[in-house]
Amino acid sequence: MKKIPVHRVDLIFEKITCKEIFEKVMEAKPDEIIQSVIDSGLKGRGGAGFPTGLKWQFAAREKNDEKYIVCNADEGEPGTFKDREILDMVPEKVFCGMAIASRAIGAKIGYIYLRGEYKFLVPKLEERLKDFHGLMKKMGHPFTIHLRLGSGAYICGEESALFESIEGRRGEPRNKPPYPTKEGLFNKPTCINNVETLVYTVMIQKYGAMHFKEMGTKDSRGSKVFSVSGDTPKAGIFELELGMSVKEFVEEFGDGDTKAVQVGGAAGFCVPRKRFDETIIGFEGVPTGGSMKLFNSSRSMYNVLHNYLDFFAEESCGQCTPCRVGCQQLLKGIEAVKKGEKSIKYLDELVKLAATMKIAAKCGLGQSVGNAFSSIVDNFKEEIIY
Amino acid sequence: MVKLSINGLLVEVQEGTTILEAARQLNFRIPVLCHHDDLCVAGNCRVCVVEQLGGKALLAACATPVAEGMQILTNSLKVRTARKHVIELLLSEHNADCTKCYKNGQCELQNLSNEFSVGDHIFLDLIHHKDYTIDRYSPSIQKDDSKCIRCQRCVRTCEQLQGVNALCVAHKGEAQKISTFYDHSMAEVICTNCGQCINRCPTGALVERTYLDEVWDAILDPEVHVVAQTAPAVRVGLGEDLGLEPGERVTGKMVSALKRLGFDAVLDTDFTADLTILEEGTELLTRLKKALVEKDPEVALPMTTSCSPGWIKFIEHTFPEYLPNVSTCKSPQQMFGALAKTYYANDREIDPKKIVTVSIMPCTAKKYEADRPEMRSSGFKDVDYVITTRELARMVRQAGIDFTMLKEDKFDRLMGDSSGAAVIFGATGGVMEAALRTAYEIITGREVPFENLNITPVRGFEGVRQASVLLEDCVEEWSFLEGVELKCAVAHGLSYARELMQAVKDGKIEVHFIEVMACPGGCLGGGGQPIPTNQEIREKRAAAIYDEDMHLAIRKSHENPEVLKLYKNFLGEPLGHKSHELLHTHYKERERY
Ligand SMILES: Cc1cc2nc3c(=O)[nH]c(=O)nc-3n(C[C@H](O)[C@H](O)[C@H](O)COP(=O)(O)O)c2cc1C
Ligand code: SF4
Ligand code: SF4
Ligand code: SF4
Ligand code: SF4
Ligand code: FES
Repeated sequence: MKKIPVHRVDLIFEKITCKEIFEKVMEAKPDEIIQSVIDSGLKGRGGAGFPTGLKWQFAAREKNDEKYIVCNADEGEPGTFKDREILDMVPEKVFCGMAIASRAIGAKIGYIYLRGEYKFLVPKLEERLKDFHGLMKKMGHPFTIHLRLGSGAYICGEESALFESIEGRRGEPRNKPPYPTKEGLFNKPTCINNVETLVYTVMIQKYGAMHFKEMGTKDSRGSKVFSVSGDTPKAGIFELELGMSVKEFVEEFGDGDTKAVQVGGAAGFCVPRKRFDETIIGFEGVPTGGSMKLFNSSRSMYNVLHNYLDFFAEESCGQCTPCRVGCQQLLKGIEAVKKGEKSIKYLDELVKLAATMKIAAKCGLGQSVGNAFSSIVDNFKEEIIY
Repeated sequence: MVKLSINGLLVEVQEGTTILEAARQLNFRIPVLCHHDDLCVAGNCRVCVVEQLGGKALLAACATPVAEGMQILTNSLKVRTARKHVIELLLSEHNADCTKCYKNGQCELQNLSNEFSVGDHIFLDLIHHKDYTIDRYSPSIQKDDSKCIRCQRCVRTCEQLQGVNALCVAHKGEAQKISTFYDHSMAEVICTNCGQCINRCPTGALVERTYLDEVWDAILDPEVHVVAQTAPAVRVGLGEDLGLEPGERVTGKMVSALKRLGFDAVLDTDFTADLTILEEGTELLTRLKKALVEKDPEVALPMTTSCSPGWIKFIEHTFPEYLPNVSTCKSPQQMFGALAKTYYANDREIDPKKIVTVSIMPCTAKKYEADRPEMRSSGFKDVDYVITTRELARMVRQAGIDFTMLKEDKFDRLMGDSSGAAVIFGATGGVMEAALRTAYEIITGREVPFENLNITPVRGFEGVRQASVLLEDCVEEWSFLEGVELKCAVAHGLSYARELMQAVKDGKIEVHFIEVMACPGGCLGGGGQPIPTNQEIREKRAAAIYDEDMHLAIRKSHENPEVLKLYKNFLGEPLGHKSHELLHTHYKERERY
């Protein structure tokens, strides 16, 4: 397997003239745009990693006069803070990505669903949107972007809950199928992408699909913006080529005493030191929406897990049983084991429960609680018990 | 068509069918809790999960449409483990004091935990450290959050079937709960007391406020004369809670049971249903006369019926500007109560102070209605207690009466006679049909021009129905109606009522007379009727009602001999002075939350 060293990239924050790119896009046929995104191998940067070109193709094939582009800027995953930076530094590129998507699938309206805590960005975004709408008019492309604010619920980052929220209802995930490309926002075909994903589609138009595809590995093409935090001397935002191992990552970002890295936030996996070398950061190993949290030996993994479970028990939307009750049981369960009120064997029951949550919960939130739970319990059992 | 296999058996179904429905076709029952045949898909309890061969995650059978070539397992190891987990999880946050619970023996959660022999208490108890107070402020509905499994059936019922939105989901995570506007009590919000949520709640979280102890106390008090009145829809539902199939008429057995229970008189709300037709019909004709002859612009038309207290509270909250359009007639229940403590008391020479009136209703809103301060025109509380069909069934069981073996009996007299027109009050469109049978005949001197008096255009289950009759060759007194096309509309379920009223408001529908029943199907689908309910059951009850109508000798309200006697001996004439005092009421605007 090709291993990629830690290699910095500068695509997302590169200053460019969107007008030029958009002129190019206007000349291309929608099919050609979509093909270029497919060719690039770009997968969604919001966490689930669905191939972006395919998503656009599905949406494009739907016959409907009303379609929507949604930019997911809810950025709720603990330890992720890259979308904020992107929207702050290069908002035009995000708008441009949405415009390209709108051209590709035939949508006239777009929404940016902005995390409530990022309200401070609103005046800036609104001002830049004015310029952007001016540009769209000039180019003869009828595309308007609206801004919508979340109210602090993590679940509203889940695409269908996000639609509910925009539509003015309580943010609860919907049943799937139907998928958003068929019935999304206002039950119309919708393409929803993460902020970063959209910016990459711009850069793919600028430099060509191959430029992107040449980076990374077979399953994880291109580069990605990482939010690095925890026990690290270099906390911050870094755009890196995909495909490095956790070991290489830790060599670059660790403080020399790293015992575990939580890849992908609360919904992600905990990689212990003994697995650093064999674990690739990417879709073939541990995928991440960007959150990389390093823990050194001073940290109690019980506290880490407790913290995540606390988060889930509060942020579960509460509609489905495995997640609403399961999260509470996992949380109270490790407390009980720690206090000695439940035997060590009870951890096995909890692991089974986590497995049920993974396959029986309604949405990605409940389905991914088991990731952090099982990877921490498996690797740091002593710390959980004693 | 889509082909798939379920547990190895092949089945071919229409595209869009859910796995649950496909499994039913093969007679595989998949357990459900949040799913209800009357409601849209929720997919939140996850008890219906099934395995798709080759798939990673399980699928919610109620929420997943079939796909070509699917291979589904409904009882695999994975499925069983997950299902047991789900039930255990529900129980871990559930106040499962079944023996003390109103729903004991009739609870879907209890049935499931029984079926899956759970109760190993694998998980920690999450409920008993929480403080729950039971909301008993509403005279109709009791809400106990400690029994709630968050299936949201109630929320969907209130939102989709009833368009009321009194219930909502509040908070998230462990704090998530079924709530109301600012978590006010059910008595303080826009709730219409229709009880449709109760009919669909799988557990004891939403139940009727019960008054059985009070009723028993009255019955067992020798000083008190206890009068029972029974609404039309009770007789086509009661059997379901006592071991009979939906759609069996049990009028005679019901009367017999009530007598055995010890009621001093068993009378019929149908009697006042006939009376309602005379009062309300006259009111309509009076309004028409004012509008057409006197050209009075103040006359509120269309006139709407007023016998459904859920509808009354709904319009008070939602369309208060249309309150003048609501007939001032009390509901048959309240007319009965007022007459029981005046006319009946006089005739039977009983001190009205010593009379307790108990109505047996398919309805929970009637409990609220009986408590309204306006409902004391006899000088006493006109109706003392209202119990539902379900509560009556409970009384029958408590008294150890073997219902199925009972001989049929007849209603007692004074206020026990009824016509077929009164019986059909229990079905949506029935009041309209009864009114037309009488009004048409008053105006033209002839019977309504429908075969067997069955006015089929107003029957059925379509949400909003419209019909009209041309008035020709009118008798002298009503000649001003000559050539008028009397237009009417019928709605059942408050969502449709809202739709109809909005259409009236927007000028899209022009009618003279509107019947609204708050509950889907009318009273036969009322919030106090046996559980479960679904379209099939409601259709069977409706068939039984129309069957009962066909079997009665008298089928027109104005031919009910006891009603004629009542006018002659007591009331004088419809809309007369005494009627106004006893049989009519007024409404008030209420806030919108
Ligand atoms: C609980 C939950 C929270 C999520 N939060 C976000 C988020 O904050 N931002 C985001 O882009 N995607 C989030 N997602 C993923 C979205 O549902 C969706 O897959 C994504 O926006 C698609 O865009 P992409 O294909 O560009 O990644 C979340 C998913 C789940 C299950
Ligand atoms: S898994 Fe959790 S967040 Fe997702 S629908 Fe179920 S309760 Fe809500
Ligand atoms: S709601 Fe059902 S399971 Fe719960 S206590 Fe009542 S009967 Fe038992
Ligand atoms: S009784 Fe009727 S109006 Fe009240 S909450 Fe239940 S469904 Fe809604
Ligand atoms: S009150 Fe009943 S119907 Fe409503 S969510 Fe709770 S259990 Fe379900
Ligand atoms: S019945 Fe299917 S999820 Fe509840």
